[in-house]
Amino acid sequence: MTVREALNSALDEEMSADPSVFLMGEEVGEYQGAYKITKGLLDKYGPDRVLDTPITEAGFTGIGVGAAYQGLRPVVEFMTFNFSMQAIDHIINSAAKSNYMSAGQISVPIVFRGPNGAAAGVGAQHSQCYAAWYAHVPGLKVLTPYSAEDARGLLKAAIRDPDPVVFLENELLYGESFPIKAEVLDSSFSVPIGKAKIEREGKDVTITAFSKMVGYALQAAEILSKEGISAEVINLRSIRPLDRAAINASVRKTNRLVTVEEGFPQHGVGAEICMSVVEDSFEYLDAPVERIAGADVPMPYAANLERLAVPQVEDIVRAAKRACYRSS
Amino acid sequence: PPRPASAPPPPGTLASQPAMAAAMLLRRLPAARPPLMAATRLISDSTAPLTIETSMPFTAHIVDPPSRDVATTPAELVAFFHDMSLMRRMEIAADSLYKAKLIRGFCHLYDGQEAVCAGMEAAITRKDSIITAYRDHCIFLSRGGDLVTAFAELMGRQVGCSRGKGGSMHFYKKDANFYGGHGIVGAQVPLGCGLAFAQKYRKEDTVSFSLYGDGAANQGQLFEALNISALWKLPAILVCENNHYGMGTAEWRAAKSPSYYKRGDYVPGLKVI
Repeated sequence: MTVREALNSALDEEMSADPSVFLMGEEVGEYQGAYKITKGLLDKYGPDRVLDTPITEAGFTGIGVGAAYQGLRPVVEFMTFNFSMQAIDHIINSAAKSNYMSAGQISVPIVFRGPNGAAAGVGAQHSQCYAAWYAHVPGLKVLTPYSAEDARGLLKAAIRDPDPVVFLENELLYGESFPIKAEVLDSSFSVPIGKAKIEREGKDVTITAFSKMVGYALQAAEILSKEGISAEVINLRSIRPLDRAAINASVRKTNRLVTVEEGFPQHGVGAEICMSVVEDSFEYLDAPVERIAGADVPMPYAANLERLAVPQVEDIVRAAKRACYRSS
Repeated sequence: PPRPASAPPPPGTLASQPAMAAAMLLRRLPAARPPLMAATRLISDSTAPLTIETSMPFTAHIVDPPSRDVATTPAELVAFFHDMSLMRRMEIAADSLYKAKLIRGFCHLYDGQEAVCAGMEAAITRKDSIITAYRDHCIFLSRGGDLVTAFAELMGRQVGCSRGKGGSMHFYKKDANFYGGHGIVGAQVPLGCGLAFAQKYRKEDTVSFSLYGDGAANQGQLFEALNISALWKLPAILVCENNHYGMGTAEWRAAKSPSYYKRGDYVPGLKVI
């Protein structure tokens, strides 16, 4: 199943199961979705439940949050999360904080979804990763699926969740196909929020990653295994809440950690993971924590520069080796 | 003779707190009255129909204005006066508490604007929704909130309407379809249009009111929400409470056009005052 099919089927099934679920966003209806994620849903559910919006993120996101205040379950699509910045006040101040500010009176069962992070050659304003930004905020859940199973299970969990969820997809993963177990196809399937997945077990070094970087980390682990280093790859799945227990348990086993993310390094996801391990498992570390992130520059356009601005498999391999040889 | 304190108060008014109503009624009675005054009614409870002409005509934009003649009763008018007086006293008391530093942070007062929320309630039901920005204390009252939970919230107490976690700007009353209480100027307008979306989606036959000020009237997101509401035919009513100041800046320095009722362009508008 491709990630695209996984997302489409999850939306379809959740809309079928609950009449209060509806979709809104640019091109989600008649265009069948800017990336075809919502293909066929307008025909099936009609224009009252699949709504094409004008290019006005602040307005339509506010309308989505207001509808959620009254108990509907909107799924708001951002064509990319770069455009969510136009609506970020509604995501954070109107959605994330309302349950707390109202002492529980108002709940906001809304999902904000769309592609996040670098695509290919789209330049600086269309390539940023927002995982660290949204994961900073109490009141939000932030999910980052990698595989088709992740996409299907996490989107279903997000739609069923009573609180606002930021669902960060990846454009380059939409077409990728993954093998899935039969249970994933069941309409009640879901993946728990806040639990990471060990994609590959290992004993020498822990590599944490999310979204597209999970694939890169798995490739790196394969290369490392040929050089005698057994890497454990953790697919985070959930950035907020972060599965600190799984990360720390792994580091207590391997004693070495490499964090991988595509976004800018400063104040990124890796910084938080490193701090969690320092707080909980410091004595278990045999080497300083290594951080692999995107370059600290706005994303360049030229292909060779773009390649240098995002992590590559070789960077992860090098970092893992540094973590393994650094101890005395 | 004046209405006895034990008689049931008119429904939907703030005097539905018997002890409070009794205290206020008793305070209005003079200590001693000459026999000549004994036959005079001091407070009207008459429900005889009364027609009043509004003090100013309505100015309309692409809609027919309503008649200036309003049907009411003396009892209803007295109830309005009572509720508005209560709101005024609450806001002035809040001002004193704020200056005494018993209310912290921000405290935005609604004195002078009481007629807007008091009058609105007479035309709608609690199934209709209201949302506003941070000048929200009196709307909380008009939606059925009580003074104790309001003051407790202002002073950060657990029995406050948001359990002390919201403060002056974050009063809510979901059971009366009052959705707050918002600190970001202008944000409440798209949210209010979203409330209207849900009402239409569920075919509820109700409407939503988004209250905003002349300062918020310049916010871009208001026009984004208006565009979508007009396209999708949402039961949304945007109510501009023009107090001629946006924070500290006078209207004439912030708005090129003060004709807020016309700013909807293709959306009908009404200038009330």
